[in-house]
Amino acid sequence: MQVWTCVVCGFIYDEVAGMPEEGIAAGTRWADIPDDWACPDCGVAKADFEMVAV
Amino acid sequence: MEPIVIIGSGLAGYTLARELRKLDKTTPLVIITADDGRAYSKPMLSNALAQGKSADQIASALAPAVAAQLNAEVLTHSRVEQIDPAARTVRVAQRVIAYSKLVLALGADPVRPQLAGDAADQVLSVNDLLDYARFREQIANGKRVTILGGGLIGCEFANDLSGAGHHVDVVHPALYPLDRLLPEAAAQDLQRGLAGVGVVWHLGHTAVAVNRAATGYVVTLDDGKVLETDVVLSAIGLRPRTQLAQAAGLQVARGIVVNRGLATSQSDVFALGDCAEVNGHVLPYVLPLMAQARALAANLSGTPTQVVYPAMPVMVKTPACPVAVATVAGEVAGSWQVDCSDDGVCALYQDGNEILHGFALTGKQAGQRQALARQLPALMP
Ligand SMILES: Cc1cc2nc3c(=O)[nH]c(=O)nc-3n(C[C@H](O)[C@H](O)[C@H](O)COP(=O)(O)OP(=O)(O)OC[C@H]3O[C@@H](n4cnc5c(N)ncnc54)[C@H](O)[C@@H]3O)c2cc1C
Ligand SMILES: [Zn+2]
Repeated sequence: MQVWTCVVCGFIYDEVAGMPEEGIAAGTRWADIPDDWACPDCGVAKADFEMVAV
Repeated sequence: MEPIVIIGSGLAGYTLARELRKLDKTTPLVIITADDGRAYSKPMLSNALAQGKSADQIASALAPAVAAQLNAEVLTHSRVEQIDPAARTVRVAQRVIAYSKLVLALGADPVRPQLAGDAADQVLSVNDLLDYARFREQIANGKRVTILGGGLIGCEFANDLSGAGHHVDVVHPALYPLDRLLPEAAAQDLQRGLAGVGVVWHLGHTAVAVNRAATGYVVTLDDGKVLETDVVLSAIGLRPRTQLAQAAGLQVARGIVVNRGLATSQSDVFALGDCAEVNGHVLPYVLPLMAQARALAANLSGTPTQVVYPAMPVMVKTPACPVAVATVAGEVAGSWQVDCSDDGVCALYQDGNEILHGFALTGKQAGQRQALARQLPALMP
């Protein structure tokens, strides 16, 4: 399990915690998040801007 | 056919180009920029120091790589001097470039503080990669930094600089930081959080002069107090770049005036990002710019589309006290319900019927932002 951060705004996605409130279950890997998903803080689409592992 | 011309290679210009290429792979596209055309994420400028990142490390791609990826021509170090909407041309140095459609993605200029003193011209601001490189060079030789302005960018830099081991003074005219966005209790929590990592506040004051000292500078405040410092950073605000549009006769208010289709008052001229005033809103943040880019890309490729703004909370990147804020759209009669705990401040702005219209969350409470944002009315449905 890894932690990822949005390269545009610094939003943190923790694979362990997931984002249950966004319909993404705890334990969901970054790779398994759909490409049309957008960063909740800045709106950048996953397909456009890679998150980087921290 | 004449190309679509975009002026500006910031997040607005490049995001629009990327969105456009999803819908239209072939129309010739020319991007003209005054800077070096490197792609970078501007929000990183205020949280990259503590991570030890150089300007080169922040940049994600050089102009030729972006041009190849976008199937576009990127003209770097080219400042557009004039646009002629009647002739459908722009002038760059000795060249005249014709367009079929023109997009202004010009960004905003930092407001310069009014200062006396023999070092007033040494005051820096950080609004692009080049500024960041210069700033990082200067702070390498000096431990003490004085920040003018305790708004969003000033607070973020204060946190980042203290994390990078600098002594930070912040001079801010209001009695608490981020006063344009936050109710008092939330602002005070941010103030405490930043003080906790060593930031020294000078609230209720402005700087009036900056002078050279034996080492570094002295900043004089309006009450006569002096701060010794090595670098002065100004973060007192941004003003949309409207001069080019105004000179061309486009309608301009706080920003370049555009409708919900991102069209200016002249046909086939559009604007987005920090330079634009969209249906009365000037929102210099990434989330609105992304929404604008998607709508404008659709319009440019022939599908009439109006930009839609959901509620768009802003995150303040201050790890010492994270803040999420959704400002109240327009005039809504109501009041703040403030709840403070060890977890931070949860301030909710509700009307008489307990409908939520805005919020300010600090510390761990900021984690609720997405759940609460869903309860907010859309800014522009
Ligand atoms: C330090 C900092 C931190 C921020 N943090 C956040 C954050 O956490 N979240 C968030 O949502 N927003 C944040 N923002 C705001 C966000 O970064 C901006 O809203 C966004 O980057 C604006 O992009 P833009 O393309 O409109 O403008 P810019 O990036 O300023 O781009 C303007 C472009 O136009 C070009 N240009 C201007 N005039 C001419 C001319 N005459 N001819 C040719 N080219 C020209 C410039 O060279 C440049 O390429 C932050 C801003 C700053 C400064
Ligand atoms: Zn993001």
